Amino acid sequence: MAIQLTNRSKVVSNKEMSFSEKLYLPAIVKGMLITFSHLFKKTPTVRYPEQKRSRAGVYRGQHVLKRDENGAERCTACGMCAVACPAEAITMENGERKKGEEHLYREEKYATTYEINMLRCIFCGLCEEACPKEAIFLTDRIVDAEYERDTFIYGKDKLVEKIDKRIDVSIRETKEVAEFKKLPGLKHNELFDSSKQLKKGKH
Amino acid sequence: MCAVVFGLSLGVAAYATLWERKFAAFLQDRVGPDRAGWHGILQPLADGGKMFFKEEIIPNLSNRFLFVLGPSLFMMTALMTGAVIPWGADFVIGGKTYSAQITDINIGVLYLFGVVSVGVYGIMIGGWASNNKFALLGAIRASSQMISYEIAMGISVIALVITSGGTLSLREIVGQQDAGVCNFVWQPLGFLIFFICALAETNRAPFDLPECESELVGGYHTEYSSMKLGLFLFAEYINMFISSAIMSAFYFGGFNFPFAAELYNAMGLEAGSFWITLIGFGAFFTKIFMFICVFMWVRWTLPRFRYDQLMNLGWKILIPLSLLNLALTVVVEYFRGHIQF
Repeated sequence: MAIQLTNRSKVVSNKEMSFSEKLYLPAIVKGMLITFSHLFKKTPTVRYPEQKRSRAGVYRGQHVLKRDENGAERCTACGMCAVACPAEAITMENGERKKGEEHLYREEKYATTYEINMLRCIFCGLCEEACPKEAIFLTDRIVDAEYERDTFIYGKDKLVEKIDKRIDVSIRETKEVAEFKKLPGLKHNELFDSSKQLKKGKH
Repeated sequence: MCAVVFGLSLGVAAYATLWERKFAAFLQDRVGPDRAGWHGILQPLADGGKMFFKEEIIPNLSNRFLFVLGPSLFMMTALMTGAVIPWGADFVIGGKTYSAQITDINIGVLYLFGVVSVGVYGIMIGGWASNNKFALLGAIRASSQMISYEIAMGISVIALVITSGGTLSLREIVGQQDAGVCNFVWQPLGFLIFFICALAETNRAPFDLPECESELVGGYHTEYSSMKLGLFLFAEYINMFISSAIMSAFYFGGFNFPFAAELYNAMGLEAGSFWITLIGFGAFFTKIFMFICVFMWVRWTLPRFRYDQLMNLGWKILIPLSLLNLALTVVVEYFRGHIQF
């Protein structure tokens, strides 16, 4: 005997239909009542651009390159993220900070270009884990849909957070984020105030 | 009046497409189109605009003249049926009596059937002229289906005509139902047969074999594109609107409704007032709307018939049933004293 996995199987028979079955009408009425009952059910639809589904706290979305509390880019183009990246989505070129650019770049070396190919990226978060400067973070944002493939290669213009529009990375309470928040005097979510003087020394 | 009915048919058909999609969505726990305007109220315009801007393709091997004639004929016959339907009571403005009906010919029922029969030619010609096997199959199915179901429909209407005292004028058929008892009371079986046949005549599910996406690509309109396809699809909705109107007029009293006279008295309206026409039209339209909803409800509930089942139902069940209904009607009407031998 064959093994029976479930008890849901039904024996098919070709027996003649009874008179009420031949009429079809009772079955039709039954079916119509089922659809009618659905008329008053709540729709599970989420109207996307206006409504957004809540995401898990650890959701890994579009990356951000953070600035420090003075608005200088934290990334030093060490390349750890590119090495860590299993999808090889990250490329960068480095440059040397010139005199007078201290408010732009935190350390002497910085990334002149920094590109993430969002089609290659698997959003594993290893770049975030690898980063020694707490510069790159994954956020709860969704990568936008585009019409062209090459527009998915995000450069610094899209990755670095705007100086007056900081991205809150504390929503995702990962280990890295928690560590990042422990840094002394860190106000990464506050608006950059140009009247404040540059702080001397490291954090 | 002609222009009003023309515009009304087109407008109702346009919004029936939207309502069809909305209603289907409600039945399937969805939202339906809600992007174009408030709750998608502009969707029909967007659809129409899209149809106009689509590329117009006439296949090389098709018969050009007939290819264009098909959808035109289908649309024309769909619109023509609205001519004999009494939309409301007569009204008097400035001593002149206006009729809320384009024309009250005394063979209205016959005219309706004539026009509906011509409607088959639109599908037939369109499907044949496409020079495509799917289109031809769809057209053959459409014509055989419509011809078969017309017989049962015709016989059930004969029974109805006997019940309403032997008149073929739609105005009189509606008029003799104003006493409060609609024809449905005397013709429940006839109505059921008529309704099933109306579903088949308008090529709607579960009798939408002529289109039958799953087997025939698009059926008779496989090769059609742009507004010519639009005309076919649109005409289907006009047909649905008109057949709902006919069913309301034949079996549910048209623009009459229970306690109408009492209501008009209470409101102090005199016979011939425009308001009476308007209220009657509202009642009529409510009935039509209900029928359109039932049409859609059926469509989104029942699966499509197999072709042999369709023919079996038409010839072996509906025609004998309608004959039985006719015989019963004659007996009942004899005892009611409407017919003498």
